[in-house]
Amino acid sequence: MRRIECKDIISAIKKACMDANYYIPEDLVSTLKKRYEEETWPMAKNILERIKENIEIAKKEEIPLCQDTGMVSVFVEIGQDVQVTGGSLEEAINEGVRQGYMEGYLRKSVVKDPLNRINTNDNTPAVISYRIVPGNKFKMLIAPKGFGSENMSRLKMLKPADGVQGVKDFVIETVERAGANPCPPIIVGVGIGGTFDKVASLSKKALLRPLGERNKDEFYKDLEEELFYKINKLGIGPQGFGGKTTALAVNIETYPTHIAGLPVAVNINCHVARYKEVEL
Amino acid sequence: MIKLTTPLTEEKIKDLKMGDNLLLTGTIYTARDAAHERLIRLMEKGKKLPIELKDQIIYYVGPSPAKPGRVIGAAGPTTSYRMDPYTPKLLDVGLKGMIGKGDRGKEVVESIVKNKAVYFVAIGGVAALLSKCIKEAEVVVYEDLGSEAIRRLKVEDLPLIVAIDSKGNNLYEIGRRMYLEKAEDNAYLD
Ligand code: SF4
Repeated sequence: MRRIECKDIISAIKKACMDANYYIPEDLVSTLKKRYEEETWPMAKNILERIKENIEIAKKEEIPLCQDTGMVSVFVEIGQDVQVTGGSLEEAINEGVRQGYMEGYLRKSVVKDPLNRINTNDNTPAVISYRIVPGNKFKMLIAPKGFGSENMSRLKMLKPADGVQGVKDFVIETVERAGANPCPPIIVGVGIGGTFDKVASLSKKALLRPLGERNKDEFYKDLEEELFYKINKLGIGPQGFGGKTTALAVNIETYPTHIAGLPVAVNINCHVARYKEVEL
Repeated sequence: MIKLTTPLTEEKIKDLKMGDNLLLTGTIYTARDAAHERLIRLMEKGKKLPIELKDQIIYYVGPSPAKPGRVIGAAGPTTSYRMDPYTPKLLDVGLKGMIGKGDRGKEVVESIVKNKAVYFVAIGGVAALLSKCIKEAEVVVYEDLGSEAIRRLKVEDLPLIVAIDSKGNNLYEIGRRMYLEKAEDNAYLD
């Protein structure tokens, strides 16, 4: 049995919250650079240039890339031979978020109650999901996400008869309706299958796949590519002012589903797509 | 590049055209959802507003906290449509410009035309870059709202795009249409 101390979890989460908000993952930096070089519409190119500059400034001065430093999702993958000691795992994660947002000068954007709306003033709680796996590894993926793009995300319980065409139409319609609001260029996470709740988490998981990596199933890889092509053909462009750079990637995740259903969810992320992976 | 200074008089607004890139220097105010709601509530009660809006610009921003030795934290625009229900009422009492991101509703565009105002866009998600153009920041009122308090900012060369001009030309509609009509190669074929 491998032991992991809560205090180590706290400090790992704290650092990850700060790092994720100051530094963009390398795969995103190189994708943005490539898109900038390929963009021909002047206004669009201009905007992509500012986005690149912003990444440099945030990194150099250690200030957040975006003022909306988000609500934090934490995906924990815990080996069944691991024992967490020295406190509660959930409390340790939230304590890490609390310390990261206080000490990192990150914006506190979480309200305690969705209708009474009093700010918790420390950006807790995080939205945590756990997966128990064989072995003795302990991994956490920390993903703060802004709500400009979260608000544009949608879910629909399609009929099986709607088929692949129904899925395509729903994805395109969601991106079209979102327009400029989620700060394009965007990343489009699509979940298909499972249940009402499962499909939402699939779409979120799809956003966390490294850019450039395609679905391993040939059918879904082709679907990702087709949707990517069609979305960029919409011409929404960076910030919605026209251009060929609307989506940086379309990622699909699937799960078995019920004979009577075809759930589909689209989770949109902005160009400030933050995540940080840590292993203890 | 066009240089624009505050206050934003009608004379200056006349020359601003949809799609213009410009650098703004001068004094502006911040306000987002909660502050807007309070301002409108005061107006409904016939009370005096805590800031004079004539010829002023409101920036829709809730900055992150300032690190020691800094004026302000990251400070990029928030999505504007949430302010749509309030905006015409503020334009009617003299507000001349808004800075945000994303398209506006029909009533806001009509009010922009009627009141000869202008809607600017700052690029969403480049908040570190934008914060460098903010030279002074002080809370004017509603300190209890934290990040959402109304602040007075002194900005220097803040990069903005004219998204909706005083004639109602809207870059969110026209920019995209122009691109789709003119660009020969308008999608990736990866
Ligand atoms: S959508 Fe993303 S880039 Fe835009 S304001 Fe929100 S967090 Fe920032």
